[in-house]
Amino acid sequence: MMAVSQRGALFAFLALLGAGPLLLPEFYVTLLNYIGLYAIVALGLVLLTGVGGLTSFGQAAFVGLGAYTTAYLTTASDLPAWLALVGGSPWLALALGLAGTAAVALLLGALTLRLSGHYLPLGTIAWGISLYFLFGNLEFIGGHTGITGIPALQLAGVEVKSGRAFYYLIWIALLALVWATHNLLDSRAGRAIRALKGGSLMAEAMGVDTARLKIEIFLIAALFACVSGWLYAHLQRFVNPTPFGLGVGIEYLFMAVIGGAASVWGALLGAGVITVLKQWLQDLLPKLLGSSGNFETIVFGVIMVLMLQRARDGLWPLLARLVPVKSGEGQRQAPQGEALPRRQMPAAGTLLLEVNGATKRFGGLVACNDMQLTVKAGEVLALIGPNGAGKSTMFNLISGVAPLTAGEIVFLGSRIDGLTARAIAQRGMSRSFQHVRLLPTMSVLENAAIGAHMRGSKGVVPAALHLERVEEGRLLAEAARQIERVGLEKQMFEQAGSLALGQQRILEIARALCADPCLLLLDEPAAGLRYLEKQALADLLRRLRAEGMGILLVEHDMDFVMGLADRVVVMEFGQRIAEGLPEEVQRDPAVLEAYLGGVE
Amino acid sequence: MDLQITLLLGQDGITNGAIYALLSLALVLVFTVTRVIFIPQGEFVAYGALTLASFQAGKTPGTLWLLAGAGILVALIDLKIALAAGARQRIARILLWNLGYPAAITVLIFLGKPEGWPLAAQVLLSLALVVPLGPMVYRLAFQPAAEASVLVLLIISVAVHLALVGLGLLFFGAEGSRTPSFSDAALQLGSITVSGQTLWVLGSSLLLIAALYQFFGRTIYGKALRATAINRTGARLMGISTVMAGKLSFLLAAAIGAFSGILIAPITTIYYDTGFLIGLKGFVAAIIGGLASYPVAAAGALLVGLLEAYSSFWASAFKEVIVFTLIIPVLLWRSLTTHHVEEEE
Amino acid sequence: MTSTPLLEVKDLCVAYGKVEALHHANLKVAPGQIVTVIGPNGAGKTTMLCAIMGLLPKSSGEVSFLGRSEDGAAVEHMVGLGMNLVPEKRELFGEMSVEDNLLLGAFVNYRRGARDHGETMGRVFDIFPRLKERRAQQAGTLSGGERQMLAVGRALMAKPKLLLLDEPSLGLAPLVVKEIFRIISELKRTGVGILLVEQNARAALQIADYGYVLETGEMALEGPTKILAGDPRVIESYLGLGTCGVRV
Repeated sequence: MMAVSQRGALFAFLALLGAGPLLLPEFYVTLLNYIGLYAIVALGLVLLTGVGGLTSFGQAAFVGLGAYTTAYLTTASDLPAWLALVGGSPWLALALGLAGTAAVALLLGALTLRLSGHYLPLGTIAWGISLYFLFGNLEFIGGHTGITGIPALQLAGVEVKSGRAFYYLIWIALLALVWATHNLLDSRAGRAIRALKGGSLMAEAMGVDTARLKIEIFLIAALFACVSGWLYAHLQRFVNPTPFGLGVGIEYLFMAVIGGAASVWGALLGAGVITVLKQWLQDLLPKLLGSSGNFETIVFGVIMVLMLQRARDGLWPLLARLVPVKSGEGQRQAPQGEALPRRQMPAAGTLLLEVNGATKRFGGLVACNDMQLTVKAGEVLALIGPNGAGKSTMFNLISGVAPLTAGEIVFLGSRIDGLTARAIAQRGMSRSFQHVRLLPTMSVLENAAIGAHMRGSKGVVPAALHLERVEEGRLLAEAARQIERVGLEKQMFEQAGSLALGQQRILEIARALCADPCLLLLDEPAAGLRYLEKQALADLLRRLRAEGMGILLVEHDMDFVMGLADRVVVMEFGQRIAEGLPEEVQRDPAVLEAYLGGVE
Repeated sequence: MDLQITLLLGQDGITNGAIYALLSLALVLVFTVTRVIFIPQGEFVAYGALTLASFQAGKTPGTLWLLAGAGILVALIDLKIALAAGARQRIARILLWNLGYPAAITVLIFLGKPEGWPLAAQVLLSLALVVPLGPMVYRLAFQPAAEASVLVLLIISVAVHLALVGLGLLFFGAEGSRTPSFSDAALQLGSITVSGQTLWVLGSSLLLIAALYQFFGRTIYGKALRATAINRTGARLMGISTVMAGKLSFLLAAAIGAFSGILIAPITTIYYDTGFLIGLKGFVAAIIGGLASYPVAAAGALLVGLLEAYSSFWASAFKEVIVFTLIIPVLLWRSLTTHHVEEEE
Repeated sequence: MTSTPLLEVKDLCVAYGKVEALHHANLKVAPGQIVTVIGPNGAGKTTMLCAIMGLLPKSSGEVSFLGRSEDGAAVEHMVGLGMNLVPEKRELFGEMSVEDNLLLGAFVNYRRGARDHGETMGRVFDIFPRLKERRAQQAGTLSGGERQMLAVGRALMAKPKLLLLDEPSLGLAPLVVKEIFRIISELKRTGVGILLVEQNARAALQIADYGYVLETGEMALEGPTKILAGDPRVIESYLGLGTCGVRV
């Protein structure tokens, strides 16, 4: 819920926007029109770059695609037969432009998003240049001269012709998209998008299809750009290739970064600042320095470099600090909602996991050699061994992070080696990470809710329209329940990054529990915990075991393991050297040698 | 298209491909050592060519003022840091390289009247003027953000490109320049004539590639750069400073860029913004090599050069479209041969 | 140990974001002395070494090396002064030969004009004959023990005054651990100071002169190793396995 004062600030802003064209001279209305058009594009980049950690320099080309599609379809007199049906209608042209943009974005995304992060921007640079030259050289869209005589838009029989009328159209479209983006970020899909920046390993382990999600946000950003282009064409009534070149694409990215790429309002601020600054520099600099240059690019370049060195979060956070708006601290309550359906837990004693002859080689090193182990429902199996014995490798093999070199892993009766981490997670195995992987700026509640990702199904579109509130409420309520279960309820609305390391490990367990697993894989959960915290953790694990959960525990802390585990498997040099009850293992000469041996 | 034209176009393609190869090697070098995708590489191409053209026209190139200005900025920043750390022994060095060196070049240009010099001396002077801009750009733009993500470094890189193109227009104006050929000799090979400049381009490219190979394989500084590329933490633990490695790789990239510009200036007219497209073609080649492999990048560069030459014959208006669309199958191939989503640190 | 300490750490604190990983740590190392820091996983041992070395920023406290306070100095600077870290992950140059890895160990001295890396490499080969056999092989293809030897050898190429060793026994077979520890105790005789961080408490306490126990970011115990090895808390937590039974 937004606090009243936040709402007040929003209403004041909307009132100013609404009154704008009635009060301002034509010049400023035009300027605001452009700011609105640019902000739509920058908004897509906020989602893509600021939130998702991907980027594109080719947004101007998507704008061009939207503009040229409508320009051509609404003006051409000799359309090919298959297009004749849509000729003349700007609305059908918008639909077609969006479809074309989607197709290009899907292709580029599918090609580059499996590769590391910098291939997408490089691909978009190439795409931006190609399309620009294509616009300039195709005769049927007028080459470098472009297309003139684009008709005005008709809305409910009225022609939207004047700049002032268009103003409302642009800003209503922009605000609608801001609202949708804001909604999207505050949802199941939004949390997954925000998790992308933390690397795909954690997100995939929580069941998020990161590749698909990346394509989706790239697609959204491209579609926003296309809408902006369509509006531009009907505002301007002519198009030529110049505003769709790579340089403009770069400028869009600057807007998002300078405005504050992590906030939807940053897009508006960035578009405003850059547009006004550019106008001002174009007037001012030639007077100071003579007329032979394109000085604003120099100034922009330098400002951009300084911003990225000094204030990587952009201007929006600075502005937000200057204008203190109260947020809703203090009124927050743990979210309530109907419980989510639960998995049918296997009866205690059922064989959950069986590892047979698991072997992993890295080059010449054998990290895991012919490992065997089993975990049953309602038991804690501890996997121990000296540092570097291969425990973490074993963990990664079971959870699907790394492929086996040989051997097999069976979970709930079917082979899972070869499956992705996501597919394994969906079958009911959930894990924590040795090096804590939380999203430090998200709240404890939201971090835990990422674990419940697989238990919801609503995607990007319902989230943007807030049609998924019931499901969202149930997911958050589940996250709150698991947070209470592990004893972090006092910290529920704090940022995860502000928790002590021990609490962060506990939060990782809450996140894993949100997935409703029947097998829990915990990688050194007690490391860095104090004595009382360790006791609390042991109690929690005992309760889970009593409920029939199977737990595979990799741990170093012998006290912790020996007091808790039902069975212990000891590893050294990638091999199982002992297995049995804790007491037996402690007396095993091979184990004593592994832990104490070395120097006589 | 008869044999004659095929051969001629092939000659063009190989000549341009050699330049793209040089640029792609510099791009791979800079990326592996510093993680910077060096978009401004093309500006060094243009600066090199246009600085030489200015000398030949008896003008003072604007790059001189850039060198002086950047030198002053670097000196101010480094002096402040050195004084704050109480490292007085560094002061002389800072002043010498950032103020003394640009001053010396200025004196040389104003007193030496380089328009009357032999070509080789003019080339050396142009390099002496443009190449130090590489490390200075690294110092000013990239070093303060050296630990940032590849993405942030890429955006900075694009911003630097924008600023340098703007400066290029300011320094050299919108008109293009072409410099005289290094040599008027020509080689008759059967039915086609290979121009002296083409031979210069090919010969110098091969020599430079061989020299780089020696540098990386034989010298401790070359090995230190490779070590930084392989394992930054490991290299730092050996006392190989990231800053030193960054400046050295930018120095090499600037030298390769400026020299490439000087090599092709007699073949193509160079404008203040020509470098960008040339640099990007180097990029397409570097991407073919996965931004990691030098030999594959060099082979990719030849492919780009040939594709460009033949498409300029068949569909000259769409030359750039075709060259940059090449990146699509390349990315497809890379994406199919990469088996997992790479985890970014 | 009357001489001025090679390394003196006072009230060193390190935090990751808001989370403190090391809390007011103090320790000293004298020339020719082996000092060990033992403690469980996650106690902050590696964090401490990285902060001393300048790889991690410290939030407060002081690190003095050779009697001079090195405030906020970067790794490269510390290496130049004669402090070398052999990290837990080894951080070798996997695609380069063993010989090139060693050569780069001498980089700081080379940069200062020294050209005696050939002789130093000869001495390293005397200590680790295995490396000499493998000199042309790529570092990435070595076995675990050989990698550790290369990591130590590479650090010795810089002729360090103080060697920081992070878990040298990690993932090594007992015989190899024995060999590495024998070499460490021999290095001591050359006057090098050694700060040894280990999980293998028994081995570490056997070769070290002085020891510290680090638990959840704090120095819990310290003392000469002979006394420390007899301390019941150390015996229970780190040296024995049999006594800890069902207690949590």
